[in-house]
Amino acid sequence: MPDKLLEINDLNVVYETDDALVYAVNGLDLTINKGETLGLVGETGAGKTTTALSIMGLLPDKTGFIKGGQIKFEDIDITKATENDMKLIRGESVSMIFQDPMTSLNPILTIGDQISEVLELHKKSLNKEQISKRVDEILQLVGIPPDRKGEYPHQFSGGMKQRVVIAIALACEPKLLLADEPTTALDVTIQAQVLEMMKDLKEKLNTAVLLITHDLGVVSEICDRVAVMYAGEIIEIGTTEDIFGGSYRHPYTDGLFGSIPDLTRSTRRLNPIEGLMPDSTNLPEGCKFHTRCCKCKEICKTVNPQFKINGTHFIRCH
Amino acid sequence: MINQEMFGNATKTKAKTSTKKRSQIKSIWFRYRKNKLAMFGLILLGIMIFCSIFANHFADYEADAVSQNMNARLLPPDSEHIFGTDQYGRDMFARILFGSRISLSVGLATVAFSLTVGALIGAAAGYYGGRVDNILMRLMDILLAIPGLVMAIAVVAALGPGLINLMIAMGMARIPQFARVVRSAILSVKGQEYIEAAKACGTKDARIILKHILPNAIGPIIVQATLNMGTAILGISSLSFIGLGIQPPTPEWGSMLSDARSQLRYYPHLVIIPGIAIVLAVMSFNLIGDGLRDALDPRLKN
Repeated sequence: MPDKLLEINDLNVVYETDDALVYAVNGLDLTINKGETLGLVGETGAGKTTTALSIMGLLPDKTGFIKGGQIKFEDIDITKATENDMKLIRGESVSMIFQDPMTSLNPILTIGDQISEVLELHKKSLNKEQISKRVDEILQLVGIPPDRKGEYPHQFSGGMKQRVVIAIALACEPKLLLADEPTTALDVTIQAQVLEMMKDLKEKLNTAVLLITHDLGVVSEICDRVAVMYAGEIIEIGTTEDIFGGSYRHPYTDGLFGSIPDLTRSTRRLNPIEGLMPDSTNLPEGCKFHTRCCKCKEICKTVNPQFKINGTHFIRCH
Repeated sequence: MINQEMFGNATKTKAKTSTKKRSQIKSIWFRYRKNKLAMFGLILLGIMIFCSIFANHFADYEADAVSQNMNARLLPPDSEHIFGTDQYGRDMFARILFGSRISLSVGLATVAFSLTVGALIGAAAGYYGGRVDNILMRLMDILLAIPGLVMAIAVVAALGPGLINLMIAMGMARIPQFARVVRSAILSVKGQEYIEAAKACGTKDARIILKHILPNAIGPIIVQATLNMGTAILGISSLSFIGLGIQPPTPEWGSMLSDARSQLRYYPHLVIIPGIAIVLAVMSFNLIGDGLRDALDPRLKN
């Protein structure tokens, strides 16, 4: 049994607004082992980012609440940790890469300053020279010439900015990296470079990665395991081979694969999933996917299915 | 196209300064120097500060600026009194020189005081939001509801007249303006993703405010500060006029202006000269402010 790094049990997250309660995450269970890359895929609005923000303890004040469940990172329960404890964990043990590299760098600080800030915050024993040396190393690692560290974010291209963001996230060699759609804003060539780099770095630093994405191609490229999320629940989880090569899949996952354009197939049309994700203020009874499922049975409308287990492959379906 | 130019220039400047990265202050100065108007403002202010520091080398405080000489009343500008003399026969040039000491220092101190306090209050209100915001901003509204002059009179009456108390009084009345400007500037920066990214690195609140938010919101704050320099200099003269500010015969630009208004019709130079002094001081602050705002923003580097 591999070592568990992060264990999420029955996590429920609710956004309270004046108009409605939004059930963003409903009874989510997830484990990430040390050094593993887990892909979290799903449509927009499925609760992927909310899950990541819960792990960081960065849900928006006054609207986002963890209503139940447990997030255990090593021995700490993040749902109960104080803000001061979280400040020590963030950046040092768990760090996050945000979606858009264009806006997640401070435009008026040089990139060197932004990388060294994380080190100053978490590695208090280092002196200025050591920090500056470490900044050079980490820039080298992500493939940016260290003599550009005195430049500002606007002087870099999108792909380089994303690599700077990754450098900041990796500066303290965190145990867990949450990557929230790290390649969505990049074009395919840069995407390939960034993914290749993340793969290398993961091997060098033995960091576990939670990779949030829409892109199944990216997942197949670098993930060890994949979790498919729908309406705040994990509906299927398994190794990458289980999901991509398996004969039996959740109908939703099938739908996701059916929506990918393919160069080699000759079918004219894509087979997208009909309809939209249910309104998360008013989720349907039974299986949350039944309103769109082409294999819907009577039982699906009333009873939420349990996981069917086949080795490493878990499917929530009747 | 623009991008190419930008990169082209960036490599060029880098080549010029070799590989070592310029220090923050040096690169700000480098950008500031390119703005001719801002340099003009800086030189102008430099000259004024130089004159006020070395005023006693150009004129004698007791003999020229303070003691009255009824034989030489209201003389027009000539070679002996280059700015003429006022209604008590005092040399205008000497009074302008010595007046700059008070006007410049009170103006600067007032703005510095109100900017510091106002920025802290506004930053806390904008960053934390919710109840903190409500309480702080309602307090500011209360301050704002009292007319500035009445407020300053109350403070001077409570603390007693004097240069320091005058600065506090004038500063108090300006705190809410700064708090409001800083708060709104912060609200616009707070939602940016790099602030969230900073939080995700475990950065403490105070550091986020001081290092990430305020420098990004500096533009409107500097504009507000430089605009306030002028009103602060004029504000002193209002207080001096009702006897709570600078006591006569101490020369001070605002009170020279108001003393001379009865002579406006026949001796306009008595009003024009201190007026020009105030205009130049305010203008130099505004130009410096504009230049600083641009120089502090590295995106406008080229």
